[in-house]
Order: sequence, then C-alpha cells, then structure tokens
Amino acid sequence: MMGAEFVALSLPPILIGICVAVACALPGNFLLLRGQALIGDAISHVVLPGIVVAFLVTGLVATGPMLLGAAGAAVVAVIAIEAIRRLGRIEAGAAMGVVFTAMFAGGVLLLEQSDTSNVHLDVEHALFGNLESLIWLDATGWASLLDPVALAGMPVELPRMALALGVVAVFVWLFWRPLAMMSFDEGFAQGLGLRTGALGLALVIISAVAAVAAFDAVGSIIVIAMFICPPAAARMMTNRLGAQVAWSVGFAALSAVSGYVLAGYGPLWIGASASVSAAGMIATMSGLILAVAAVLGPHRTRNS
Amino acid sequence: MSVALVSDAAGAADRAARTASPLSVRGLTVSYGETPALFSVDVTVRAGAMTAIVGPNGAGKSTMLKAALGVIKPLAGSVAVFGQPLAKMRDAIAYVPQRASVDWNFPTRVIDVVLMGLYRDLGLLGRVRAKHRARAMACLDRVGMTDFATRQIGQLSGGQQQRVFLARALAQEADIYLLDEPFAGVDAATEKAIIAVLKDLRDAGRTVLAVHHDLTTVPAYFDDVILLNREVVAAGPVDEVFTEALLQTTYGGRLETARIQAETVAG
Repeated sequence: MMGAEFVALSLPPILIGICVAVACALPGNFLLLRGQALIGDAISHVVLPGIVVAFLVTGLVATGPMLLGAAGAAVVAVIAIEAIRRLGRIEAGAAMGVVFTAMFAGGVLLLEQSDTSNVHLDVEHALFGNLESLIWLDATGWASLLDPVALAGMPVELPRMALALGVVAVFVWLFWRPLAMMSFDEGFAQGLGLRTGALGLALVIISAVAAVAAFDAVGSIIVIAMFICPPAAARMMTNRLGAQVAWSVGFAALSAVSGYVLAGYGPLWIGASASVSAAGMIATMSGLILAVAAVLGPHRTRNS
Repeated sequence: MSVALVSDAAGAADRAARTASPLSVRGLTVSYGETPALFSVDVTVRAGAMTAIVGPNGAGKSTMLKAALGVIKPLAGSVAVFGQPLAKMRDAIAYVPQRASVDWNFPTRVIDVVLMGLYRDLGLLGRVRAKHRARAMACLDRVGMTDFATRQIGQLSGGQQQRVFLARALAQEADIYLLDEPFAGVDAATEKAIIAVLKDLRDAGRTVLAVHHDLTTVPAYFDDVILLNREVVAAGPVDEVFTEALLQTTYGGRLETARIQAETVAG
C-alpha cells in the first residue's frame, strides 16, 4: 500500500529534513543581517571534534553529551582564535579561518582513528548524515500517527529535531524585537539598555543548538547551506523582516521536501539506478532556490 | 494627612531631581585598547539648552556621547542623569546615532524604524496598536516624513534617513536628546527641518546635546558649546566659550582645515 510505505519510509526523513532546515534558517536570518552569516559554517566545523570526543568518552550518539562536547569545542575555538590573533598579530577573520578548518580537520582525523564502525559516526556521516535510514518500521499507515505503540518506535531523531526547532522558534518569537533592533542599529539598542552582547551570544548559542541537533541526522553540509541559502534567497523576495523570515521558512521547507524527493526518485527518472544523498540534494536545492531568487527576486538589488 | 506628607516628600525629591543637571559627567576616562580617547572629562549640561560638542577628528566627541549613554564602558568616571545613576534614568534619554553607523539596506520600513522608539512601551511582545502607530506617525509628521511611512528605508536620501532617525528619537518622548552628527551629509532643507525640531524641543524645556562639525553654524544653532580634544578645553555659553583663541587651542594647527572641511561637507 502506497500510504503505508510512504509513512514508514519517507514521512520521517521528510519531517526531520523540514525541522532541520527551518531550525537553521530561522536564526540564519538574523546572522545574515548582522553580517555573521558564516557563523553557521563556523559552528558546524568547530563542533565536529567536540562531538567525536563526546562520543569517544560516553560511547553514545546522544544529544546531551554531543551538545556538551560541541560547547567545549566552541570554547576551545574561541580561546584558540583569541590566542592566534594576539600572538600572531593578525586580524580576527584570518585567525577564525585557521581555527575552523584546523578543528574540522582534527575532528575528521579523530573519526578516522577511532573505532566508530558500530555506530553511524564516520566522515561521510559527519558530512551527509543518514537521513534516508531514519525510517519508521512500526508504521502501517497514516493511522499509525495516532497509535501510541507505533509512535514509540518512531526514529528518535524526529522528536529530538522537533524539540530543537521548538526551542529555536520560541527564542526567535520571544526576542523578535530586540533581535531586529540589534541587527539594524546596535548602538540605539544599547542606548535603550538592551544587553546586545548577551543577546548576540544567545543567538549564536541557539544556532549551535540547531546545528548540533541537526548534525546527527543530516550532517554538516545541509546545516551550512540552511543557515545561509534560505535567508539569503528570502531577502531578495521582500523588504520586510517578518516577510523575509516567513519566506526563508518556506524556502527551507521546500528545499527539504524537494531535495528528499529528487534524491530518492530523481536518478530513476533520468534512467540511473541508484539514489543520491538526500542531505546533499537538499543543500543543492536550497542553492538552486537562491540562484533563482538572485535572478528573479523582486528586491535583489540595493534600494529597490 | 499621611498621604499628603508622602506625596509632598515625593514631590520634593522630584523637584530636587529636576533641578539637578539633566546630564552631568564626572572624571570620564575612556580608552580603546591602549589608545586614550577621553581623559578626565567633567561636563555639566544645562537644562533646557542646546549644547554642541565641538572638536577635531579623533577628539572623542562620539565617544563622549556613547559613554554618557552607557554604550561604551568608561575606565573611570560617572554619569548622572537628573542627579540619578544612568541605569535608573535610561527612559529620560533619546539617542540618534550617526546615520552612517547602520546598514540602510536592512529589510524594514520607515514606520517600523520609528516604532523602535516605542520599545519601552511595547516591551518584548506587546502588540503594536493603533495608538502606537498614531504616535509614530505624529513623530514622522514633525520631521515632514509622513508620506514616506511605508517606504523601504534604503530608498531614502541621506537627509530623509536622518529625519527618520530623529523621528524615532522623538517617539521616545525623552527629556534629553543626544545626537551624533545630525547634520552630517544632509541637504539644506533637512538641516533646517532638524534644527527647527530641536529648537522646539528646547523651547518645550527639553535638553539637546549634539556632536557638531560645522563651526560656522555653532552660534546660530546652539546656546552652549563644549570644546573637546580628548579633554574638555572649555565649556559654557557660546558667546563666552566659542572664541578664536579657545578654538585655536582646541584644534591646534588644524583649525583652518576644520573650517574648510565643514564648508565642503555642508555644501
């Protein structure tokens, strides 16, 4: 039966993909407008060694230890950047570039050297995740969505990612005004007494929560793409912040659904036999949407 | 009886606060890394007056405003607003940053920028109601920008952007207005409109403190002047302080250059 197969095999990856895409795109809007778009890129690079170390210590692929490991890696990164900047007397951007790539490379080395063969944690997984394998074998059809016994067998990544999306969404909703004001005019926001330093840090931490929660399911490629592509495409569709965020959510979800479907069925349509990586295809779709918006978007030039 | 006593006491405290200077800075010292920006600045701003901060590039004019606002943490010194600590009196201050300090390509409309001035009323989640919009529109009206309310801010000219910033400060309904170079790079009509609004504020008993770069307009626009070059060279009424000798001391050999630059910018 089509419905049963869809609910068991495709629905969970699609929903997880949507949650990941939207959870990264939401804070991505503000990072983009603050000129910090590469923070998402940086986070997903820096956290890899932290996640690997957390796994080596606990032997578990679980969000709690991974978040702690990622946080530890972030602290190490900040200290390393500051040290390189001061000792080497070079600009912060160069120091960041060195630290991010070095830490990601270190994470990859650590992965290769350690025995992670019995879990889904290897270099390919770190880049592309395992979205296709997140299937729901207990599902027998749409009715399973209401069946507590079947729901218990749902891939744990789905509720985990939905929770991360919830945390991100509540943060953005609650601090919408200060985030908007700080992104537009930090000096004015500070003059009102807003703690823009703390809020900027909170935005980065929330982005890290989304990135780390997503990492396990979909790898880092999609995370990097989703922080930037949907918000950047959305910016060219509108001149209002609320509409931009709404467009970015729509683009993120569209990338997730179309990317998943094209990865699974696209190769068959053109006569090839195997499917391609869903995470890679989702990232590609977000890039294509950005390209289309860059060519056709109504507000793609300055002052229009 | 006791009620009357309490309100009397409160009234006295209020009057004492109002008779204290709206903005008083003591021993303010700021540095960026190892570069000193301000050294031991003492300034008392007169209530209901328009005061200009004047000095050469790098004299710490903007820094002084930002330190007075608490945006920059000073190494030493204190800021008192109506005799109270700044933290308690933030609502009394409105701030107009330098126009060039923000990205005017930000996805927002003129009215939304002015509504930022109502943040203290709206809070985190308060709904923007008709009365808030009406207040924002009234502020836009005072700077002659009502026709532009729904425009994207990137479509405005420099002068129009400056008027929007002023409207946002008006929406704060503050007692003290701190402006950083409000006339930099604006057209003559805007300069006239802004100075008219500022004089209205002063005539309504508000206090205006502005960083100003055009020496030729200081006597016409301002009541008091602070001559600043990392330290306060002189401060007081324009006719006492704004003298050739004191300007020479403030600018050193750069006075002529400053005059020529100001003319070029104003023109």
